[in-house]
Amino acid sequence: MRARRVDPVNVANQVVAGVLTGLVYGLMALGLSVIFGVVRVVNFAHGEMMTIAMYATVVLFAALGLDPFLAIVPVALAFFAFGYALQSALINPFITRPEHSQFMLLVAVAIIMVNALLMFFGPSARSVQLDYLLESIELGPLLLDRGKLYGAIVACVTSGLLFAFFKFTRTGTAIRACADNYLGARVVGLNVKRYYAFTFGLGAACVAVAGCVMVLLVDVTPVLGPAYTLLAFVIVIVGGLGSMGGALLGGVLIGVSEALAGLLIAPSAKSMFSFALLILVLLFRPQGLLGKRA
Amino acid sequence: MSTNDNSTSPRRRRVLQAAAASAALSGLGFPAIVRGQTGALKVGVLLPRSGVQGFIGQSCQKGADLAPGVIKEMLGVNVELMNADTESNVDVARTRAERLIQEGANVLVGPFDSGAAAAIAQVAEQRGVPFVINIAAAPQITEQGYRYVFRNFQTAGDIVRNGLDLIGDMFRSTNTVPRTAVFMHVNDTFGQAMAKGIAGILPQRTQLPFRIVDTISYDPAAKDLTVEVGKAKATRADFLLLVCRLNDSIILRREMVKQRWYPMGVVSPGSPGMYEEQFFKSLGKLSEYCVSNVPWYNPKAPLTAVVEKAFLKQNPKDRLVFHGLNVGFTFEAILITADAYRRAKSTDPKVLADAIRQTNIASKMMLGAPIRFNAKGQVEGIGSACIQNLNLSPTVVLPADAATAKPVFPAPDYKPA
Amino acid sequence: MNRRAAVLLGILAAALLALPAVASSYVLSVATLILFFAYAGQAWNVMMGFAGQLSLGHSLYVGVGAYAAAGLFFHFGVGPWAGVWLAIALCVALGAAIGLLAFRFGISGVYFALLTIAFAEFTRIGFDHIDWLGGPGGLFIKVAQREHLDLANLRGPPAMFYYLMLALTAAAFALCAWLLRSRAGYYWQAIREDEPAAQALGINTFRWKMLAVVISSAMTAVAGVFFAFYYNNLFPEQIFNIGRSIEIILGPVIGGVGTLFGPILGAAVLTILADAITELLAAAGIEIPGVKQVFYGIVLLAVVMFLPHGIWPAIARRLGLERRD
Repeated sequence: MRARRVDPVNVANQVVAGVLTGLVYGLMALGLSVIFGVVRVVNFAHGEMMTIAMYATVVLFAALGLDPFLAIVPVALAFFAFGYALQSALINPFITRPEHSQFMLLVAVAIIMVNALLMFFGPSARSVQLDYLLESIELGPLLLDRGKLYGAIVACVTSGLLFAFFKFTRTGTAIRACADNYLGARVVGLNVKRYYAFTFGLGAACVAVAGCVMVLLVDVTPVLGPAYTLLAFVIVIVGGLGSMGGALLGGVLIGVSEALAGLLIAPSAKSMFSFALLILVLLFRPQGLLGKRA
Repeated sequence: MSTNDNSTSPRRRRVLQAAAASAALSGLGFPAIVRGQTGALKVGVLLPRSGVQGFIGQSCQKGADLAPGVIKEMLGVNVELMNADTESNVDVARTRAERLIQEGANVLVGPFDSGAAAAIAQVAEQRGVPFVINIAAAPQITEQGYRYVFRNFQTAGDIVRNGLDLIGDMFRSTNTVPRTAVFMHVNDTFGQAMAKGIAGILPQRTQLPFRIVDTISYDPAAKDLTVEVGKAKATRADFLLLVCRLNDSIILRREMVKQRWYPMGVVSPGSPGMYEEQFFKSLGKLSEYCVSNVPWYNPKAPLTAVVEKAFLKQNPKDRLVFHGLNVGFTFEAILITADAYRRAKSTDPKVLADAIRQTNIASKMMLGAPIRFNAKGQVEGIGSACIQNLNLSPTVVLPADAATAKPVFPAPDYKPA
Repeated sequence: MNRRAAVLLGILAAALLALPAVASSYVLSVATLILFFAYAGQAWNVMMGFAGQLSLGHSLYVGVGAYAAAGLFFHFGVGPWAGVWLAIALCVALGAAIGLLAFRFGISGVYFALLTIAFAEFTRIGFDHIDWLGGPGGLFIKVAQREHLDLANLRGPPAMFYYLMLALTAAAFALCAWLLRSRAGYYWQAIREDEPAAQALGINTFRWKMLAVVISSAMTAVAGVFFAFYYNNLFPEQIFNIGRSIEIILGPVIGGVGTLFGPILGAAVLTILADAITELLAAAGIEIPGVKQVFYGIVLLAVVMFLPHGIWPAIARRLGLERRD
């Protein structure tokens, strides 16, 4: 790798792209943050759920010509129901079980999901072909990827909505209560199990939104899940559990650090920096940058 | 999916019983009466049909599935396939290979991946069962001194050499003289072998007019290649020399358009991706003019026409041209075993191995010299072709005697940096 | 252990010793694989089952151990019996570092698990860039003639590898049994049940947790060395893979975390299950890729849901093998 003078316009472009990509990653991690922050279950099937959402978007596009941004509503609703059911039926009994049992449960669920997708859709990649996805918007010397820009906007809107939900609605407040103090919540008569299911549904809906957006940037294959699960965890830990802004901030940090690492050092090693960042955060600020001390 | 296995299950059991009887008789000192020409050759086919390599494994399987029919007509030999899924996992590859041998496979064929190939090779060598590798580029596999392992595919070094020569030919035949290239490669087994090959070979090829101004390696699992493309574009190189895999080639091409980078061309000295069906489906017109220099089938060879007919019969909605490499080499691997069986007139693995060593097949499907194994079990002289994406189809443009169109370089949308 | 358990164990040992004489090469290869995961699972169990620390990045030790021994053999001709010491040393250092960082900074539970994943992934990508050890292209050890037994360099027929793995697993079993009964075992149980209470009693929890981590990583390193010389080729992508980490913990979790026999039983059940599903599907003529893994996942799910402590405790109760304590 030769040292070379780095072109400032290129760097600026990459940093901006890193921010946009990071926001989309943050959107992906939002659902995990919500679930992990409240139910305290490690959802190792997170990436697989997003993959299913991506396939759903592709199918809707192929069958009905539905633009992915419009598909967000039906897919998110469907996933809310799915998440609610999953939590009630499968995961609720596991809340009091040790972590390795929870992990194994979700690993099994993930295996089933990935291979069911393989069975139904086959191994070849699917995508949504829309012309505007290849366009870039010029902003002075900068080129902004349209798909990423729209995705980043959706990320901010979704996270804003979630924040408002948790702060201003009754259900949201109740859920926060369950998260902060399980015993206290039960004492005041909150049906914690139902709120957990609701939260899981909400988290699943966020994952669905992320899937609809992600399919614009990446072709979907059945084996896409695990890498995104890991990335989501890195982002949530770095940004802070249960914090909407934290998820986005974590995403942006990862996006920008990967861009810079790739630009200045070696692109093939850029993921190492994300993991290094994770290790540092775990050691020095385990609640994450915007999280509250547990 | 494959239709062979369901229909041969009961037949397989009968043959197994016969084989068991003959084995018992052999144990008593009687000659193996039941073995011989009239029986079928049992070929164990090991391919990754699920897991991360599932797509390619299933593509190779199509080549295997059509083989028995074509071989029966060509050589009058019965071939019975025993399919196994390596699940893109080395442990599974090893145990499946053992299982196939136990169930009576006379030869093994496969497995597409170098890691799996190395594992199966050890089993084959240990059990004395010939193993013909269809696709695997790691050179070390045929450097171990094995007597039972054969490879009918180029090593990474050969692929690079042939690829660079063809690139030179392409420049000459289009009268272009690009001076600089940016080399991007995927950082996995394949990409790294190619990078080493290029670093070693390119300086010696003084008739190539270009030099590499920067080398950018990227993670094969990366879903976002913005930084990499940005870096490449900033080099202002004339063209992009690319070693890739399918998924990243699609992401790269899209990113090039988004960042408005239009080099003279995207040229691969030898890697999968740009000639595969998914590339065309995902990119449409954007796939045009990309060039890959890979081992390929000879579109004008008589055997190709036969295989294509059989392929279309089994896969009416598909086209051979999108599976050329995978189908061709898998078919040829089985052809080699059947040809050896015809000459050896025995399914004894040791006899078969000796027969395979004497292979000399001139009428073949893939480009290059007749199939002959050297002392290490490697076929030398397998040719490559320059494949350019023209009219949404991978088209052979070089060498001239196998070409069906002329190369286009630079690409019409070329914008000098 | 009670009399019945001893008898059954004796019968099992005899059967395992006699296996290569009667089994086919295929069964032997499957048995070797089972023993490998039984051993690795047993090693992991020390950290999790005994000291309660969930490690999801154990492939780190397998990989470092494998590369250490393979690197020495490839570049300097140093045999595995010497190379294993370097492997153990490196993994002990790594384990100690991770343990130190984690315990000093008070990281536990899920966070600890994520820390281990991060280290494994970091190392995976790192090794992809170490050309001296082959990089992503892989490190291939020269495979010599396999008919002659060369125990010094671990070159030989599959039966040799089988017996080696069997010896390792038996040794691990004995070691864990001894550990459980020793002072370490009691302290570990205390820490596992209620760490703050243990600390209040004056137990140096830090030291005992570190001991578990270090023993676990050392044991896993040996598994790595075996892997290197059994497969003779190493790719960072495959050996540091998080999939491998998951494979290692499947055995103990299904068999029974914290038990002595759980990891062995779990490894056996899962490997045989995987093969059985493949065979059943083949016999039924179903060749759709992915079906086997779906069934496998369903079985995993069922076991986790209905047998939360693993298969072994339930069987042990049935067979009347419970220790009276």
